[in-house]
Amino acid sequence: MAFESLTERLSGIFKKIRGQARLTESNMEDMLKEIRVALLEADVNYKVVKEFTTNVKEKALGQDVLSKLNPSQMLVKIVHDELIELLGSDDSEIKYQTGRPTIIMLVGLQGSGKTTTAGKLAYLLKNKLKKKVLLAACDVYRPAAIDQLDQLAKSVGVDIVNMGTKVNPVDIAKAAKKKAYDEDYHVLIIDTAGRLQIDEALMDELNNIKRDVEPQEILLLVDAAAGQDAVNVANAFNDKISLTGCIMSKLDGDARGGAALSIRHMTGVPIKFTGVGEKVTDLDIFHPDRMADRILGMGDVMTLVEKAQQELDEKEVKHSMNKMMSGSFDLNDMLAQMKQVNKLGSLGGLLKLIPGMPKITPEQQEMAEREMRNFEVIINSMTKEERKHPELFKYSRKQRVANGSGKTMQDVNKVLKKYEQMKEMMKKMEQYRKTGKMPPGGLGGMGGMGGLGGFPGM
Amino acid sequence: MGLIAFLKEKFSKKNKDTKVDKYQEGLSKSRKNFSSKLNSLSERYKTVNQDYFDELEQILIESDAGISFTLNVIEDVLNQSKRDHITDPKQINEILVDKMFVGYAEKGDIQNDVVFRENGPTVLLVVGVNGVGKTTTIAKLAYRYINQGKKVLLVAADTFRAGAVEQLTTWAERLKIDIVTGKPESDPASVAFDGVKKAKENNIDLVIVDTAGRLQTKNNLMLELGKIKRVMGKEIEGAPHETFLIVDATTGQNGVVQAKAFKEVTDLTGIVITKMDGTSKGGIILAIRDELGVPVRFIGLGEKMDDLEEFDLDKYLYGLCVENN
Repeated sequence: MAFESLTERLSGIFKKIRGQARLTESNMEDMLKEIRVALLEADVNYKVVKEFTTNVKEKALGQDVLSKLNPSQMLVKIVHDELIELLGSDDSEIKYQTGRPTIIMLVGLQGSGKTTTAGKLAYLLKNKLKKKVLLAACDVYRPAAIDQLDQLAKSVGVDIVNMGTKVNPVDIAKAAKKKAYDEDYHVLIIDTAGRLQIDEALMDELNNIKRDVEPQEILLLVDAAAGQDAVNVANAFNDKISLTGCIMSKLDGDARGGAALSIRHMTGVPIKFTGVGEKVTDLDIFHPDRMADRILGMGDVMTLVEKAQQELDEKEVKHSMNKMMSGSFDLNDMLAQMKQVNKLGSLGGLLKLIPGMPKITPEQQEMAEREMRNFEVIINSMTKEERKHPELFKYSRKQRVANGSGKTMQDVNKVLKKYEQMKEMMKKMEQYRKTGKMPPGGLGGMGGMGGLGGFPGM
Repeated sequence: MGLIAFLKEKFSKKNKDTKVDKYQEGLSKSRKNFSSKLNSLSERYKTVNQDYFDELEQILIESDAGISFTLNVIEDVLNQSKRDHITDPKQINEILVDKMFVGYAEKGDIQNDVVFRENGPTVLLVVGVNGVGKTTTIAKLAYRYINQGKKVLLVAADTFRAGAVEQLTTWAERLKIDIVTGKPESDPASVAFDGVKKAKENNIDLVIVDTAGRLQTKNNLMLELGKIKRVMGKEIEGAPHETFLIVDATTGQNGVVQAKAFKEVTDLTGIVITKMDGTSKGGIILAIRDELGVPVRFIGLGEKMDDLEEFDLDKYLYGLCVENN
């Protein structure tokens, strides 16, 4: 999602040389120019871009690319490796203390998403890692910032230290630390006010909080849409209070997040999490290798699998898989599957994560989503009996369903046809499962939502 | 350069040299700003060559003006310098500023203040992505027009983000003006409708409608904006009369995408660029104007109610390029 445009652009470039038999210095020059433009459009810092393209060029020439049979693949690999290096080459999780609270402090410019992220982080730690979490509301400046954190604490179900806006943030942080130690919390998350890195008074305040509570983690929030100046911001925060990591927020938009990548490169501070939406569940752990894959349009299968495991009702999935396999798959199952898939988020977001599908345009996406909604409306207009026995459908029944759902006969036929295709596919899959072989070409034939519906079973 | 001088005269504001200028103050806070870079650049070069233009390019790109805008304007300058045999770096810098000025001015009207209707309430809709400073900017705009003797009403149509209504309510209390709010999670369009209705009944001059921050990729939320706009238009003819997109000065190239998307659903009439008191140059406004024609109306320079200035193109470009000699 975040890097789709960069992906599109790069795959466009690679397509250009794919048609050519050999990689020459001059056509590589063109590609490097386009890579440069793409990275700058992605807000990667000017200096980082310069370094990046120089490195790619050197590596490509050094490795005798000109004599390779498939130069485009070679260059993809070099760009890919370079990107991973740019992003940082390992997962960077938070190190938790044993026997005493781990203290995490969130800092950043105004509007970068600190408070929202504090709520998300609390949710993640509480529900995924089973930690006892305490929040501290230290933004006494922005009107209602404390109300906001208070509401988030309630909705996540964690405790909060809220001393109002009349108390010095340093004292609030100290009181929260005491409470965390006294009452055996595993993690204390300190939300601080947004501030400019050139605001010396407020930067000193951060330093004082740091001095008094000695946090293990100081995480800088960086907006995915941040421009060239992001590196200066990160540098200033890092110089003043030594950051241990970054969280990239608003990656659910279409900003390409290049600035955050530059920060990693220029400051050495790793990116630890990514914010991917406004709900408290919308926080992911950052994986540089997967992000690089994503940039290059190689999909992000691991994230999808993790997401699927979390979101899908396993029992229901098993039930519908069994039904599918046993051949008793009906329209109810198809609808149930569609709903399961919907739980994973928008179809567009999902498709982006699947390798081999990066070429889908926003229009196609929307069409697919509209189709899915149509299917639901149509199936909902059928009787129970019809849903169980789609073979009942003759002209008059189709006409009735079309009228009832406000759709056309053609639409109804489409649903039935899709159902037939899926049923056929299920049969095949079952045969292959029995014989232990996959159908030739994998499940590539699983078009549209039917294929996606089958995915959780993988 | 008669034309350019004329245009500058026409578009630049009067009383430039009165009072300590917050705007310049804000800009001067950034130590390595555009202008000082540009000046040190012209000192290093006796005459210009390709390297000089490469460095100009870097300066513009690092201000977030965007690669295509930058390449175009640099190419223009390069061509003119060749044609007129200009090699003096100071003169080249002049040409650069002039080109940017004329390019911006040519795109259409530059009117900063909200245009008020003759009769009845004027409705100003405020939109933008998350965290750009919509609510704070609304408070500043309200303050500005209260001081001009207008009767202002705030409408909190951000029913989604935790604490959003409280934030705007706090401002309304400080400003001692009325505010219309809805229940959390209620339909923002109905809150907006209540707001304009109340404005009509109470002889309000200016209704400022706050909306939830939304990323432009969220289709349903963008459609919601369209709905907010429509229901207000039903109650008051032509409403919203102004729609401001709030853009954070730290925004990179996605700013153009944002502006494009919001323009499609709400007919933007202007941009307010916030957080200009930081070190970001906000060059994205040049790219937005270049691609979409939407003008900047105001500049946000801090967190206090009076930290809002009318946008002055001349000052902006000179602040960016030539000041701080």
